Amino acid sequence: MALFALYTLIPVWWLLVTATKNSGYLFTTNGLWFSHFDLWTNIRDVFQEQDGIFARWLLNSALYSIGGAAVSTTLSAMAGYALSKYAFRGRDLTFNVILGAVLIPDVMFALPLYLMFSQVHLVNTYWAVFLPSVVSPFGVYLSRIYAGASVPDELLEAARLDGAGEARIFWRVAMPIMSPALVTIFLFQFVSIWNNYLLPLLMLNSDELQPVTVGLANWREGVNQGIPYNVTITGAFLSVIPLIVAFLVLQRFWRSGLAAGSVK
Amino acid sequence: MATDTPGAEFARPGAGSTAQRAAGRRHTRSAVLFLAPFGLLFTAMLLAPICYAVYQSFFRTNRSGLGLGPSTTVFAGLDNYVTALHDSRFMSSFLRVFTLGIVQVPVMLGMALLLALLLDSRAAVFKKAFRQIYFMPYALPGVIAAIMWSFLYAPSVSPFTAVLRHVGLEVNFLSDHLVLASIGNMMTWAWTGFNMLIIYSALQAIPGELTEAAVMDGCSGWRVAWHVKIPAVRPALILTTVFSIIGTAQLFNEPAVLSQVAPTVSPTYTPILATQQSADVNNYNYAATQSVILALLTFVLSFGFLKFTQRKGTFA
Repeated sequence: MALFALYTLIPVWWLLVTATKNSGYLFTTNGLWFSHFDLWTNIRDVFQEQDGIFARWLLNSALYSIGGAAVSTTLSAMAGYALSKYAFRGRDLTFNVILGAVLIPDVMFALPLYLMFSQVHLVNTYWAVFLPSVVSPFGVYLSRIYAGASVPDELLEAARLDGAGEARIFWRVAMPIMSPALVTIFLFQFVSIWNNYLLPLLMLNSDELQPVTVGLANWREGVNQGIPYNVTITGAFLSVIPLIVAFLVLQRFWRSGLAAGSVK
Repeated sequence: MATDTPGAEFARPGAGSTAQRAAGRRHTRSAVLFLAPFGLLFTAMLLAPICYAVYQSFFRTNRSGLGLGPSTTVFAGLDNYVTALHDSRFMSSFLRVFTLGIVQVPVMLGMALLLALLLDSRAAVFKKAFRQIYFMPYALPGVIAAIMWSFLYAPSVSPFTAVLRHVGLEVNFLSDHLVLASIGNMMTWAWTGFNMLIIYSALQAIPGELTEAAVMDGCSGWRVAWHVKIPAVRPALILTTVFSIIGTAQLFNEPAVLSQVAPTVSPTYTPILATQQSADVNNYNYAATQSVILALLTFVLSFGFLKFTQRKGTFA
């Protein structure tokens, strides 16, 4: 167990240590231990490279991820709730089509979407990345399970007898009960959008619109054209900090979400 | 996967009194309203691209002259598919990824299962800390992790190459022989913890009486694991395998980043990369064909695996 923990930690440790070195020490000192501490200079360099575009990239990533995940979670909750709590003709068929889409990787849709978007002139806009990100079949699958398991039918009937409309029942009765589970869906979607690389790579030409993943990959490519190693490495280090913090703080939501997903 | 039908106790629409029928209609209307926003986007962003790709794959664009004149699009039937099947680089990219998956997925899941069992055993210490450490790579975006590893593999800065050189071994992780294993290592590093957590959650859900009874009957720790715990987490193992098949099929980030530092990673190293390559040279019809083939194969593999295990499950 400890051995595997080491295996997991060493690369991240290297990233942390290397982020504190300037490019001179990078090649000459032991990669796994600190030498001269230059983290602050490196961070300043990262934010100054290409006129400070790194901050823009972080902002873009945050925008795509938070906005996309919020909309996606709401849509998934509505769809999952409807599939779980209303009996209607074609329900199983609808659910199976959505479930089938889970089995086809997102990456497959990127290229056809690009071809479609270029015909309606959506390529190289925020929408090109945002719109595909809000559809999450897996989120619908999870929220249907959650709604089935946690929202009692009696409660919905009682609300109906009290004269509440269906929309009101959903927002005021079902949503609060489902909210812990919805945090999990939000997190899944947030991470998958933040990590997305192929879709923004295809859709966006302009540096200004890119998320941090595409930006850093371009810098990695640019090592030979004068982007210093330490800038890319420190940038990579900075871009993972928000995610790692979010993870450690919200761990219990991951576990509950994964547990619900795997018992079925 | 989901076999339950929540809400089955509802009155079926069309059955019983007029009041019930009215309620059924109201239900249908509300359900449609709730489903509409997702359904619209689902259709536009997932179903439409599939249809569009399939449609495109049956056509061919002819460019007159030196590609400067107007282009014409003609129906090509299955020509693109025939081309793809005879495209040796495209086919070998499948073989490469398949080889990688056959080795990497069992190794990764075996390790995930072992770690989950160890964490679940009573003797384990610092459970929470270990769990969090194992899960951490999942927080690193795939591309960022790939960038990190691309430095860790690069001979000039790699701490591993340096350590190995000290003991007299000259290893280049990006050489012809090792680069596929290096990619496998990147995937194992990134996903073992995620799979471990799924399996671990399933282990935690096993009722305590079950394992206690087995221990009372004189089962040792390992036999309890083999006869009680592993069969109980079967659904979780199936789920993680399906996720891994899908993940391997769309292998893109790691080779895309490595191709910048390792010349052996060609532009057609994996099927997705090959598809990108076709799109880059404006051969969109062929790119669409390649996407369709890849999506179809992935679906058949993952769905086939699900069906296979489910059928076996009924006999067990």
